[in-house]
Amino acid sequence: MARHKTTSAAGMTRRERYDAQQRRRSLIVAASSTAIVLLAIVLLVPMAPGWEKVQKSFFNGAVLAKSFPKLLDAFLINVMIFAWSAPAIAVLGLLIALARDATAPALFPLRIFGAAFTDIFRGVPVILTVYLIGFGIPGLGLPRPWNSPYIWGSLALILTYSAYVAEIFRSGIDSVHHSQRAAALSLGLSDRQVMRDVVLPQAIRNVVPSQMNMLIALQKDVSLLSFIGPVEIFRQAGVFKSLLANFTPYVGAAIIFLAVTIPATRYADHLLARQRKERR
Amino acid sequence: MAKLELRGVVKRFGDVTVCNGVDLDIEAGQMVCLIGASGGGKSTLLRCINLLEPIEDGEIRLDGEDISVPGLDPQGVRARIGMVFQNYNLFPHMTALENVMLAPRRVHRTPRDQLRPAVETLFRRFGLAERMHNYPDQLSGGQQQRVAIVRALAMRPEVMLFDEITSALDPQLVGEVLDVLLQLKQEGMTMVLATHEMGFAREAADKVCFLKAGRIVEQGPPEQLFGTPEHPETQAFLARALK
Ligand SMILES: Nc1ncnc2c1ncn2[C@@H]1O[C@H](COP(=O)(O)OP(=O)(O)OP(=O)(O)O)[C@@H](O)[C@H]1O
Ligand SMILES: [Mg+2]
Repeated sequence: MARHKTTSAAGMTRRERYDAQQRRRSLIVAASSTAIVLLAIVLLVPMAPGWEKVQKSFFNGAVLAKSFPKLLDAFLINVMIFAWSAPAIAVLGLLIALARDATAPALFPLRIFGAAFTDIFRGVPVILTVYLIGFGIPGLGLPRPWNSPYIWGSLALILTYSAYVAEIFRSGIDSVHHSQRAAALSLGLSDRQVMRDVVLPQAIRNVVPSQMNMLIALQKDVSLLSFIGPVEIFRQAGVFKSLLANFTPYVGAAIIFLAVTIPATRYADHLLARQRKERR
Repeated sequence: MAKLELRGVVKRFGDVTVCNGVDLDIEAGQMVCLIGASGGGKSTLLRCINLLEPIEDGEIRLDGEDISVPGLDPQGVRARIGMVFQNYNLFPHMTALENVMLAPRRVHRTPRDQLRPAVETLFRRFGLAERMHNYPDQLSGGQQQRVAIVRALAMRPEVMLFDEITSALDPQLVGEVLDVLLQLKQEGMTMVLATHEMGFAREAADKVCFLKAGRIVEQGPPEQLFGTPEHPETQAFLARALK
């Protein structure tokens, strides 16, 4: 072994040792520059003239401690609304995508409907859809559980997000190379079978990272339902704000959101990076 | 009556005529090779035979039955005619075994366990027994192409079409795929190949057709076409190809 004496006792080649050294060096540089920036913020920000007031009304430890458990409880409502909306969005989004790409002449109305659906719900701000559906439909005077803002608010989110999700699915279907379709057809599979067994599985896999990002956006937009009634986390923070005359509960709510969305975003980015590497 | 008969086949893409009146008879058990410069229309002709492209004029007959009638359901025909492509086109989200079983399961509605023995025999026959449970990206090009051939064979086709199936392979892997073709020939499979492998065409084909600009310029047994080509265009092409 080690014919050219480039292998050290630790079993590392010359190249590996060099790379390890480089990695260590860049790690040290990155760590120290980050420390300097953080230190500057910690030292300089409190020197700003309004800092004390800001600290009292936004970063009040006592208020945070008092409101945090209730905020967490309220966040469960967000999670609940998210949990039943997300699967509905996935299913409806996929159906709309398939409807828009349907070629059979009998399905032409479906295509038109799909196109109109995506145009309308992507064209209207989410909050407007939430208002119109969330106030409008219960306004018809429906009997008890059917006038719940949870139902109609969720529906508004489902409709809006399905429109976006459908477009992402369509781009995924487009991204499957046409030679895959030709190969499947040449085996005698029908158009439907080709879509279900060959195109869709690849299309869905290709768009997982993008759909993850939609889920993250949805998780945040659940808060819009607070405007039509449900006391979810944003509304709960507002209640505390009025009660305690302090903005810290909003910061608490933000912390809870970030605890969920940052790992999710990191994970989506990780998936995307991996996919990019595989493509190369 | 030949197994497969092409009569005046015309294929156009917009204003471009890619097949310009092709007449060709392929007898049962024959291996017919299509040769010719790039863009001559070899791939398109194969795709037309498999009804992946509709033809504008002419007839394609399988066992005497016109399969090119507009409006005919292509699925039944495609199930009888297998096709293998230059870039393998295996389904990347399925193992080799799943790739092979998909079409028989869906088209013939044969359950998995019933398919399994015959499919395993196919894998073994082409030296792929160890590779059944691998995904396409875990296989070499030659292995992928052999899986693609097995996938087409699993439908028990009567005719096989091969479109330059060795062109994407490293030279040392070409042999293993050509061996498969010889094996099929021995078993009496009817085959049409588009190929740039002149040596192979000369040795193995029953009939060679030289295509140029969508026409069969000259066709005949390999000794004749390679040995004493009559048409000046064939001579020119062979002079270049065999150089
Ligand atoms: N879908 C298409 N639309 C338009 N033109 C096409 C299409 N497919 C093929 N062609 C054209 O038809 C001609 C013949 O192409 P074809 O792929 O059949 O040639 P080939 O003989 O197989 O060539 P090669 O040896 O490079 O594979 C080419 O000029 C090509 O540009
Ligand atoms: Mg070709």
